[in-house]
Amino acid sequence: MIGIVASIIDGVLIGSVYGLAAMGLTLIWGVMKVINLAHGAIIMLGMFMLYLIVTALGLPAYSATPVMIAVGFVLGVALYWIAVHRMIGRPELMSLLATFSVNMVLIGLGTAWWSTSPYNVPVSIAGVTWGRYTFTGTHITAAILAVLIAGLLYLLLYRTRVGKAIRAVANNRDAAELAGIPTTQVLSFAFGLGVALAGASGTLIATLFPFTVLSGEAYQLKSFVVTVLGGLGNPAGALLGGIALGLIEGLATPFMPVSWIPIVEFGLFVFCLIAFPRGIFAFSKA
Amino acid sequence: MWYRPFPWLIVGAALVYALLPYFTDNVQLRESLLLAAIYIILASNLNLMIGYAGYVNFGNIVFFGLGGYVCLYLVNDFQWPLVLAALVGGVAVSAVALLFGLGILRLRGAFFALATIGVNQAIAQLVTNFEPWGGATGIYLSLDAYGPLGGPLQALWITYLLIVALMAVSLLASYAIRNSKFGLGLLAIGQNEDAAAVLGVPTPLYKALIYSASAFLPAVAGGIYFFKSGIIEPTSAFNLQTSIEAIVMVMLGGAGTILGPALGAFLYEELRGYLLTAETFSHFQLVIAGVLLLLIVQFVPGGLMGLIYRRLPRMRKILE
Repeated sequence: MIGIVASIIDGVLIGSVYGLAAMGLTLIWGVMKVINLAHGAIIMLGMFMLYLIVTALGLPAYSATPVMIAVGFVLGVALYWIAVHRMIGRPELMSLLATFSVNMVLIGLGTAWWSTSPYNVPVSIAGVTWGRYTFTGTHITAAILAVLIAGLLYLLLYRTRVGKAIRAVANNRDAAELAGIPTTQVLSFAFGLGVALAGASGTLIATLFPFTVLSGEAYQLKSFVVTVLGGLGNPAGALLGGIALGLIEGLATPFMPVSWIPIVEFGLFVFCLIAFPRGIFAFSKA
Repeated sequence: MWYRPFPWLIVGAALVYALLPYFTDNVQLRESLLLAAIYIILASNLNLMIGYAGYVNFGNIVFFGLGGYVCLYLVNDFQWPLVLAALVGGVAVSAVALLFGLGILRLRGAFFALATIGVNQAIAQLVTNFEPWGGATGIYLSLDAYGPLGGPLQALWITYLLIVALMAVSLLASYAIRNSKFGLGLLAIGQNEDAAAVLGVPTPLYKALIYSASAFLPAVAGGIYFFKSGIIEPTSAFNLQTSIEAIVMVMLGGAGTILGPALGAFLYEELRGYLLTAETFSHFQLVIAGVLLLLIVQFVPGGLMGLIYRRLPRMRKILE
């Protein structure tokens, strides 16, 4: 019994990091109706940011997260102007292809620099022991940071003028423009924010598991599952969806071979897309 | 459809394509043309979804891989003849696609695109865990399997001719579909699905049918291709990157045209062959493909055929 409780707690811890990863994806979708297929590549950049910060610069591991948020924001704004801006208002096919081409470029550059061999950044933090079970310090810290960043995003969206502008544009771009909001700048800001969140989640994921240049792809797919569970375009739902996915993974692990878990995830993904296109936790849209 | 010059153009081009390596007896040329022909099959069938109906299918490679699996399983475990096994593979995959299509085609636009990625990954994982198909190691054919075709060397030529024939059939099918009522309905869906439905196009049925139809020829081609390779395993059969490259080819040539995807596939394959052999570029193949796609999407959404039509409007009558 205590084993199941431990699985649940660990699932919630990892799930909140998945939720953070998905938040970037869902924010961009909510504001500009673009699915960012470069999401996984940006998570990968976050992972390698941690690697560079720790091994090349010798700085403490968690300093990678704020650095990546800053770098990711600048990169995101640049990507908006390079790839996404001309796609707004065109058929979704075009923006999917544009962001996918960015994905190909980033993965290609990453492969040329770092090859596809696995990297591991050892981070040691004292864990919490409970009976026979130990919750590793990295899992707890990553979950706390993820929830903290999610809280900051909430404050930004609901307690600042920029956040208000983002919500206005998400709601109705034409009306926002009429009200004097510079919507194009808001779109680029929101894209930067989404990319920064994806990068930040990458730095946290890399403290938990070994990674390669191609690992971003797996977390991109997890982010899709999470956003579909939580409802596309709904950041609060993303955190809940992430925790739900973490719980599913944590609870399924003792009962089935590890190689079957992706089938359950993707099966659930397709099922949820068809059955609940607005998400299981379909609250008000952010 | 045979009153117009275009179908004869396809048949003629396919004949040249088939006979060129035979008369020059150039095996290297044959292998390169074979790969290009596979890509032409994938791209022109994907074009039925992207170009006609306006739906992006990121998991189009699933059909190719599943067709390969069914065919190799029948050839290896039950000693079926190749052509029959490949055709049965095609029918089976089409039937599965029809079932899937009725479900996931209720989704529109981006949601559908996401679901196709999910379907690709789920099926890849399922096959990886499916023991009768060899799990993660896949199926290996023994040399005996090539006996009925007169030995491995002759089998290579026969598979080449079969693939070229499938390529011609793909292009002719694209042509026939576009000039039918069915094709007009699909184009209407691509322009505005709600308006099409209001005007009486049975949109859910048409979408599911074209999804299923676009599965058939890639599945048959997959069977023949993996028979020729003699081995099939999940990572090569369900490679998401090949799916994406097929999308690049369709966009490069011009989505919605018939010749465009074929042209795009051929050029992309030749370009890639060049980049892979050029020392400086071999690491940056993906980067170059990405930049290429980005430039097309941003500046020439009509692709090569769009450019040709704009420069030489008279070509519209001949090249479709």
